[in-house]
Amino acid sequence: MAQRYEVRLSGSGGQGLVLGGVILAEAVALFEGINAVQTQSYGPEARGGASKSEVIISDESIDYPKATKIDLLLSLTQEACDKYSVDLKEGGILIADKRMVTKLPEGNYKVYHLPIIDTAKEKAGKVFVANIVALGAIAGLLDSVSIENVEKAVLQRVPKGTENLNRRALALGYELVT
Amino acid sequence: MSGKEVFYQGNEACAEGALYAGCRFFGGYPITPSTEVAEFLSRRLPRVGGAFIQMEDEIAAMASIIGASLVGKKSLTATSGPGMSLKLENIGFACITEVPCVIVNVMRGGPSTGLPTGPGQSDVMQAKWGTHGDHPAIALAPASVQEIFNETVRAFNISERLRTPVILLTDEIIGHMREKITIPEKGELEIWDRPRPDCPPEEYLPYDTSKGIIPPMADFGSGYRWHVTGLNHDASGFPTNKPSLVQPEEERLMAKVTENLDIIEKYEHLTKDGAKVGIVAYGSSARSANAAIRLALEEGIPVDFIRPITLWPYPSQPTIEMAEKVDTIVVPEMNLGQMIDEVQRCIEGRAKVVGVNRVDGDPITPENILEKIREVA
Repeated sequence: MAQRYEVRLSGSGGQGLVLGGVILAEAVALFEGINAVQTQSYGPEARGGASKSEVIISDESIDYPKATKIDLLLSLTQEACDKYSVDLKEGGILIADKRMVTKLPEGNYKVYHLPIIDTAKEKAGKVFVANIVALGAIAGLLDSVSIENVEKAVLQRVPKGTENLNRRALALGYELVT
Repeated sequence: MSGKEVFYQGNEACAEGALYAGCRFFGGYPITPSTEVAEFLSRRLPRVGGAFIQMEDEIAAMASIIGASLVGKKSLTATSGPGMSLKLENIGFACITEVPCVIVNVMRGGPSTGLPTGPGQSDVMQAKWGTHGDHPAIALAPASVQEIFNETVRAFNISERLRTPVILLTDEIIGHMREKITIPEKGELEIWDRPRPDCPPEEYLPYDTSKGIIPPMADFGSGYRWHVTGLNHDASGFPTNKPSLVQPEEERLMAKVTENLDIIEKYEHLTKDGAKVGIVAYGSSARSANAAIRLALEEGIPVDFIRPITLWPYPSQPTIEMAEKVDTIVVPEMNLGQMIDEVQRCIEGRAKVVGVNRVDGDPITPENILEKIREVA
């Protein structure tokens, strides 16, 4: 990975996407030893509103920390998908939630229309691990990070007592794409 | 640099840097996008024998760090624009009483409450001129998470050695941005403490400058007595309005900065052969400028770059050198034109100066700057 690779996680405030971005960036920067920078943008409200978290991955030093031509976009709401898919580059990857995103953007993208929220709710047992299910899917599609290192980063960040739930959520997300 | 590698947010790196520098008191009032500095220190300070207080507002928070510093503790507060406006009066008090302290302003957008979660760089002139009266102004503007750590340490060092408040200016982007940094081992970075008196308590004069322009400072509670007032004062610390004392004292406060530029000034100056365009950028906009400079070079346009790390006092000399070489200097900043005035002031017409300005809550992109470079090249 010599070149800059841009990931944007988008949805609504409260879905844990900022944390998702932090975990992904930690897995890359601390455990893969590749440069990563994570930034976020959100509104003043604690819940709702469009929220995004971005991770730039590169072998070289990263100056501009924000995404401009996105390689991989995750959207967990229709609003976020409409708003943020315009920056997705041609041939880029779009992971959209099957229940929340019903209208997919037109364009030349590799689309993974996945039941992320349903998997979190029904298979993992808690809707709030949707961000970790999504991370599992992202880890399955990214070359720059292994699922083992993402798991390590997840376990470092989640509250004590939720390790098994999160480990399971991550594995379920990974299975959605592999 | 050896040490522990962590993946930190800018605000966390600032708090960690403060601890490294020996900060043992934080008084603050939470405000986005600075709150993580307070959160981090509320957890860590009690474990190192320090104290954390959430005060009733920013005015009290600023007063609390002055009080803590007077008893000998290195002290910090962190805020953003609206809170900074409230702290200004007491910052002036710290300037004239010569109480070391560090104030972090994680800049957000707009006047008043503006854009709470959006980035801005519109408090850079406030950092110099905010509090009333002539006063020494020192402000540092790091551009990465590692640099936030290092510059926080330096802010404490300068503040202690010169006995004056130092402002650390970051913004929402680098305050919230996460990068891998190395926390240096203890002893790897130099730590400076304020000068303390070596005379017996009964002979102590708090503003005795017979041995130099930075008078030794006694900790309250250590047996030394002194009077602390915001009024102009004489060597004993008691008020005076005697012209022959007031004028030299005010001049001395300013001289603490002008005579110590060697420890205060810090900047990056990158030059390229044949450059006819230069950029002056600081903080997160400097990262965009770096990217734009790279893109411009790919198009065959060499661009020189000055990145002030110490924003106040402004690095005039390299800017004059740049202005003598290039035709145009571009100043991108997330405000409607502030440091551009300082650039113009110091180059005295040697080059044309143009701004790239954005205050819509989005960062200045490399493309925004590149467009301007193409236009003027």
